[in-house]
Amino acid sequence: MARVAEWTAVVRPARGVVSARVRRVLFSRPLVVFGLVVVGMFLASALFAPLLAPYDPYAQDLRNVLQRPTAEHWLGTDALGRDVLSRLIYGARTSLIVAVGAVLMGGAAGVILGLIAGFVGGRIGVFIMRCMDALMAMPPLVFTLVITSLLGAGVRNVMVALAVAFIPGYTRLTFGQTLSVKENEYVIAARALGASTSRIMFRHILPNCLSPLIVQASLSLGGAMLIEGSLSFLGVGIKPPTPAWGSMVLEGYRFLTSFPILSLAPGLALMIVVFAFNMVGDGVRDALDPRLRGVV
Amino acid sequence: MSTYILRRFLQSLLVVWLLSVVVFLLMRLLPGDPVLMLITAEEFEAASEERLALLRKEFGLDQPLPVQYVRWLWGLVTRGDLGISIIQRVDVRSEIAKRLPISLHIGITALVVGGVVGVFLGIISALRRGTWLDTFVTFIANIGITAPSFWLAILFIYIFGLRLRWLPIFGYTSPFEDFWMSLRQSVMPVVVLATLPMAALARQARSSMLEVLRQDYIRTARAKGVIERQVISRHALKNALIPVVTIAGLLLNFVIGGTVVIETVFNIPGLGRLAVDSVVAKDYPVVQGFALLTGISTTMITLMVDLMYGFLDPRIRYG
Repeated sequence: MARVAEWTAVVRPARGVVSARVRRVLFSRPLVVFGLVVVGMFLASALFAPLLAPYDPYAQDLRNVLQRPTAEHWLGTDALGRDVLSRLIYGARTSLIVAVGAVLMGGAAGVILGLIAGFVGGRIGVFIMRCMDALMAMPPLVFTLVITSLLGAGVRNVMVALAVAFIPGYTRLTFGQTLSVKENEYVIAARALGASTSRIMFRHILPNCLSPLIVQASLSLGGAMLIEGSLSFLGVGIKPPTPAWGSMVLEGYRFLTSFPILSLAPGLALMIVVFAFNMVGDGVRDALDPRLRGVV
Repeated sequence: MSTYILRRFLQSLLVVWLLSVVVFLLMRLLPGDPVLMLITAEEFEAASEERLALLRKEFGLDQPLPVQYVRWLWGLVTRGDLGISIIQRVDVRSEIAKRLPISLHIGITALVVGGVVGVFLGIISALRRGTWLDTFVTFIANIGITAPSFWLAILFIYIFGLRLRWLPIFGYTSPFEDFWMSLRQSVMPVVVLATLPMAALARQARSSMLEVLRQDYIRTARAKGVIERQVISRHALKNALIPVVTIAGLLLNFVIGGTVVIETVFNIPGLGRLAVDSVVAKDYPVVQGFALLTGISTTMITLMVDLMYGFLDPRIRYG
């Protein structure tokens, strides 16, 4: 096995070089730094929502409906007297849960299918890849819309619908990577040493496909939030009273003339966070491997 | 070349067939009795068990799934039969046919506007690399890719419809009926729908133009004294546009998805609006028809883009 380790070492650049590039790319570009800051704030509001939110996001106060921004309610209150800022902060939590859950589930399923299609190949491989083509034939928003029509609305169902929609992308990416990685000497060596198929797939091939997968994951988090927002806005995603940015835009839409902030604030939050995730994704890509530009 | 076209075509057919299996199974895996796809819930409640059994027999729902699938597919291929809408009680095919031109009008206009503006901006910013113009275009493109279209639509409605009162905020009129009204009503939907293709194409055109300008044949052209404008238009532009075509096919997918949102916000009676309404009302035959139609059209578009690639770039040879 010592031999195998040596070969692997030749393929990878020295650790110090990579971390220096990671630091340089991530912390020297203003847009990436902006992205990191916004993503950090987003994660903080999602994780510490109960500590940060000034009010209970579900608490209705029918004597104080549709208030303009004041010292007590920084972003005002909605048609049921709920504090908009608190709902915005809790909305970050909903967004994060759906996006992370969808990417983890869809990613895991896609990676396994891609490894099988790429490494085992043969008829199974062709079948898997053609099925993925069929799933990819529908635009992601249409596909998730169709699946939520079957499953119904709600956090868990939207998460599942998005996960299914993400599977083909991860399968294709892993498939392509596996095809190139499996030609390496260390895979042939591992096989010669009698390693099982699953051991080769998960121990030798998967670790060498990781960089593009990490980049894809960071980029699809933003995509997941965008689609979830659209579904919730269309009224088939996450339904009130659960705080979600898309449905807040929909709820506020009726009061657009007199209280535009109700609709515009949650949409703006969504846009800035998705923008930040994309900037971080681009940064991570260039930091891990600049050759991935165009691949992911 | 011809064997490649044939192989690609057969592959696409296979994908469309798999899609039909997926869509059929999705609809059959629904909780609830498939007889509900044929009659309303009230009729279902009122009907006796014998009547339901008769209906099942009449529509072949008592047959095993593969038999049902083959019958469904046969009806679809030979008669374009997509079933009956549960809510509207009309033929799904004719409902789709009625609404398709509206979506095509908005969608294709958006794609053309987004394409022309996006490619133009991308090329200008590549030629003026490093200037404030380049920075500005890159920034706008980055925003355009991430802006949620429903939010952009509402922002436009707020600014141009409610505050400035320049444009009507919803509705659709056919251009053959009242051209001026149609134009005014479609400005906002088209611009919002065109934002994503514009942004993506600007980025793609910029990077591929920069790539081409580095090539040896550009230096050769300049060295032999060709004037700059001709270097750009004759030598650079054509080559730079090849990768742009691939992404344009992809963007058509996004436009189809985008119409779902745009038509709902602007209350346009197109296919996207039909899809959302049917999803909300659980009108499964319509959802099924919509899913099949978008799937088939995107597969065919991908096929055409792939084949066009070979004609655009003679360097690409197919084995």
